[in-house]
Amino acid sequence: MYLGRVVGRVWATVKNPSMVGQRMLIVQPLTPEMQPTGKRVVCLDATGAGAGEMVYCVRGREASFPFLPAEVPADTTVVGIVDSIHLKRPPKAAGARNPMHKKGRK
Amino acid sequence: MILARVVGTVVATRKDPRLEGKKLLILKPISADGKDEAGYVVSVDTVSAGYRERVIAVAGSSARMAEGCKDTPVDNAIVGIVDEIQLD
Repeated sequence: MYLGRVVGRVWATVKNPSMVGQRMLIVQPLTPEMQPTGKRVVCLDATGAGAGEMVYCVRGREASFPFLPAEVPADTTVVGIVDSIHLKRPPKAAGARNPMHKKGRK
Repeated sequence: MILARVVGTVVATRKDPRLEGKKLLILKPISADGKDEAGYVVSVDTVSAGYRERVIAVAGSSARMAEGCKDTPVDNAIVGIVDEIQLD
């Protein structure tokens, strides 16, 4: 599962019959720091998410499970709308050197 | 699912019997604003898409859930023809 932001929508009249009635959203994956990362994907919507909302998505075969018992050919589905995120970074910035491993230390 | 443009067809005489009668198309993935992205994919067409049309393709085992692809060796299927894309 990953975080994303809804950045657009897609309309299609001609669809596979098993996709009829499904909403399609364009989602930009995000890092936990809310920075865009990776390519935008087209997701089906199982929650009713709207423009600009932060959501989380599931990828793979499991993406079709929210629509059971209907068999919907989905490989990415929005399964939740994010209310808030708590993120605690490690105290040390990534890449900072451990002072115990300084060169020349005996 | 990805957005893609149909750029060609594939013809194969010798293939798995379960693929007989299925139309195979070559897709070029595109971004939401219509620019080409890297690579190509061969996809089974379930919606009678045509050359240069923008389509939605589903990848992975979910592709087999598309109508007409049940129990077939398919990992990429075209499931929709795009009318419109709206970016906020």
